[in-house]
Parts: sequence; C-alpha cells; structure tokens
Amino acid sequence: MEIARLDIDRIQEDLRQRRYSATELVTEALRFAERENPKTNAYLHFCPERALAAAARVDERLARGEDPGPLAGVPVAVKDVIVTKGVRTTCGSRLLAHYIPPYDATVVVRLEAAGAAILGKTNCDEFAMGSSNENSAFGPVRNPLDPDRVPGGSSGGSAAAVAQGTAVAALGSDTGGSIRQPASFCGVVGVTPTYGRVSRYGLTAFASSLDHIGPLARSVRDAARLLQVIAGRDPMDATSAFAPVPDYLAAMDGKLDGVRIGLPREYFRDLASETARLVEAGVRLLERLGCRPQQISLPTTDYAVACYYIICTAEASSNLARYDGVRYTWRAPHTETLADMYRQTRGQGFGAECKRRIMLGTYVLSAGYYDAYYLKAQKVRTLIARDFAEAFRRVDAIVTPVSPFPAFKLGEKINDPLEMYLSDIFTITGDLAGIPCMSVPCGRTAQGLPVGMQILARHFDEPGMFRIAEAFERAGGFGGN
Amino acid sequence: MKITESQVRYVAELAHLQLSEEEVLRFTEELSAVLAYMEKLNELDTEGVEPMAQVLFEAEETATLREDVEHETLGSQMALANAPLAGSGYFKVPRVIER
Repeated sequence: MEIARLDIDRIQEDLRQRRYSATELVTEALRFAERENPKTNAYLHFCPERALAAAARVDERLARGEDPGPLAGVPVAVKDVIVTKGVRTTCGSRLLAHYIPPYDATVVVRLEAAGAAILGKTNCDEFAMGSSNENSAFGPVRNPLDPDRVPGGSSGGSAAAVAQGTAVAALGSDTGGSIRQPASFCGVVGVTPTYGRVSRYGLTAFASSLDHIGPLARSVRDAARLLQVIAGRDPMDATSAFAPVPDYLAAMDGKLDGVRIGLPREYFRDLASETARLVEAGVRLLERLGCRPQQISLPTTDYAVACYYIICTAEASSNLARYDGVRYTWRAPHTETLADMYRQTRGQGFGAECKRRIMLGTYVLSAGYYDAYYLKAQKVRTLIARDFAEAFRRVDAIVTPVSPFPAFKLGEKINDPLEMYLSDIFTITGDLAGIPCMSVPCGRTAQGLPVGMQILARHFDEPGMFRIAEAFERAGGFGGN
Repeated sequence: MKITESQVRYVAELAHLQLSEEEVLRFTEELSAVLAYMEKLNELDTEGVEPMAQVLFEAEETATLREDVEHETLGSQMALANAPLAGSGYFKVPRVIER
C-alpha cells in the first residue's frame, strides 16, 4: 500500500477485499508518520495504543461480518485543541504541556465510533491564535512543500500532516480562517461548516461565537466523509444545530448548470498577481462547468478585520481567564499570595500572542470602552452578515481567494501583529457571518506553492458548496493524490 | 487611539497578567497601532443596528433543555487529577485569609 496517498474509499475497498487488516494499516501508518514527522513537526505527540485499539475493534467487526463504520481503519490526526481522554492535550501552550483531559470531545467519540484511528495530536498556534503556526510553544510547523515556509495557521499541523501523507484526514478548528488558510498554504481541502453544524463540546474555547471544528483532507470527498460523521446535534453543546444532516456525498452529482457564482469585487483587489491569476483561472473553469459568474459587492469587507479582532480578543480574554494556576496542571513556582500566583502563572505561561490578545480583549471590554469597541463591533458584525444575506438572494455561492498570498517564509511576518491580522481578511468574514466555507486547491505558483480558492455558501448549504468543490476538483485535476 | 504605558499596566492588572518592563513597552506600541486601526469602524453608521449577540439558532428557546435524568459525573479524583496542588478533595491555593 502507498500509505501517504490512500483515500477513504480505497481503504474501505481494501479492507473489504482483505488486502490488509485495519491493524496492519494503522501499524504501517504510525510507523510512517513517526518516521516522517521530524521534517515538519506536524504532530506534537502520537497515541499508538489508542490508534491500535481502534484498529482492533474494526478488525473484530469485520471478522464478525458486521459493518465496521464509514471511516473504518482510516488513520486521522486531531488538532491539539480538541480534548482526548487520557491523551495529552496541550493547545500548543506551555501552560498545558502536561494536561491529560478526563473526557473526549464529541467529535473524537464520533470519529472513533465510525471506525477511524486517531494517530496523534497535531501542532497549532497557542490556543489557536495565529496565522502561521509560529505561536506554538513546541516549535513551528514547516510547510511540507517548502521547509522554509509556514504551513499557515492555526491548524498548521493538521494541514501539514494531511499534505505530507502522515494522516489521511484531520480535524482542525477555525475561528478566523484557521482551517482554510493552512489548507490553502499546504494544498489540501479544508472545510469550515456552518456555525453550530458540528458540536464544540471538548474544543478548547477561544472565541465562542466564532469557533468551529471542521475537516481537512486531500480530496473534497474525504473531507465530506469526515463532516458526515462529526456533524449533528449534540446535547452537550447548546449551540449545536438541530437541522438534520443531509447526505453530502449524494450531493456531489457534478451538475453545475446555471449555478450562480458571486465574485465580490472587494476580494479581487490588491492580490499577489499569481494568486489572482490562479483564482481567476478557477472561476473560468467553473464557468466552463456550467456556472454563471457575476460580480457582486460586499461593501463592509473593509471593516471585517477590525470587527473580528475586537470580538475574538474580547471573547478570548474571557475564555482564557480559566488558566490561572488552580486547575490546569501548571502553576508558577514560589508565589506568596493568590493574586501573585494568578499573575505569575499567566505571565510566565502564556506566549506573546495570547498575552497580546488577552490585553486587547480586556481593554475593549473594560469600563468606558465597551460601547466604543465591543458593542460597535457587534453591530458591524450584523452589517457584515447582512451583506452576505443580501448577496445570497442573487447568487448560490460566492467564490474568492483564501489568502492574499501563498505560504510566506518563517519569521517573515511574526514581528508585525497588525500585518499578520490583516492577512486574515478573506477568511474572517465567513466566520463572522457563520456561513459554511471551504478552501479547495486551484493550482500552484511558478515556485510550486499551492493556492486555494474559497467557496462560501448559505447557512447549512454544505451540499451546494461540496457540489461545486467536487466538480471543480475533478475537472481541474486538483485532487490531492 | 493612543494607549499609554499606565493604561497597559492597568489592563494587565485587570487581566491578572504579570508583564515585564519590556512587554509593557512593546504592548504600548503594538496595542496603540491595532486600536488605531480599529477606529476604522467609526466610519460606519450603525444607528439602529442590532448587535449580533446570537450567531444562528433556528430552534425554540427551550429546545436545548434536556430530560432531567441522572448520569455519572467525573468524580473528585478525576476532576482533581490535573490540579497543580490538591488535597482532601480540594484544589489548593496559597492562603487567602490569615488565621
């Protein structure tokens, strides 16, 4: 078996034909991942016992002639902000370097119930705050396509593992683009579902009104297969949606005739020329497949970064208050008073970006500034969501670039936080509106760097989004394998 | 919006965050730049616009209430397993009240 290029369909077929057992597959996948990982630092740690136990359950079910589940034997990776019972979960933070969660996230339970084998936990920016993976306390991730470049962030480890072939698919989390941007930088598919489509029970909270869990994979089909398993109402997450989960694969019928595609003019200015050229070529391909592109306008786009960084830092400053040295493993040594313990633990434990966001969030929520910043941003968020609702009355989907530029060099932007924040411009709007959006590869630059095309759709129209993405991937020959 | 060093120290106090002198200087500069950028929002007229407090919720308000049935909880041993310092079934912290 060519371990780095397997897809889910192929694994299911091979297991049924008894070409190999799930245990053989997972053993080989672990061996390969552990050998290749030093090249990228994509995984922070592996959990071989857990992966092999999952494989053994699949083999038992197969031996008894039972259905082994839609993800039987599939080696997957899980971003280290998603808790795994008994398996270290660090959130890329020094504060949680030794944290062993006492429970599993709902998505983890659902993946394993479907037969998937979790190989290990992937690197990320600390508490998912960053766009380059350079904010991890455990070292940056390197882009598998060019080790001098970042894989994107914050789900950089998940994207790198999938691109490198050390996982067939992975889970990431997205608050402002943290699934789609690394997917585009690494040349894989990344999906941010509708807000509430996937339970966040067990996802370490960053900005609760913006946090999503979603899949990364080497093909649209594989990403959809993961979403199929993890989506759906969960009583443990009050914000999870009751809407029934449709059959995503059935929606991929290749029929794009007359599908109206909106191209927001605000997203096609000031692009690195190669990014613009590749996304525009992607739009022409969609047109040949039957889509009807038209220019639209999302006039509040220019306000999205300011709006986003007020809301997300405000929520983060509140969510991160729990890391105070009382409950979560690490406490600064030699502190005299309770207040001193809080201050020292947090001051020494958090990295620079987390501190910056806690400071910003605390400031915008503080007495006298709340109305000017937080309330104002929440109103602007309403306007941004309204722009999309308005656009979706005229078009069925919106197509844009994912990032203004391809993967940049390690260290290139880390010293200018505002510039790093501005690079999230095309991905944060989808999170603010709560609509489903995804990155699908649309080619490579002359230097061989992947570029992603973003597709955004109406609330809960993942089927329509996948229909476009899958036909596009097939026609363009962009399927990752 | 220019933020001053003393404001940075005050906000750090609110956030229970110990900052070094170097960090205070750096954050004064960086937060000023970010907050100045955020002034941009004032260009938009938001008179009469509802703040977006709820992203999306299509069900009845009571839909999230579950049946009141018993279920296992973590138990204190599990709950305390990650504590930096625990004893007698409690999280332990530096003394707050003098005897």
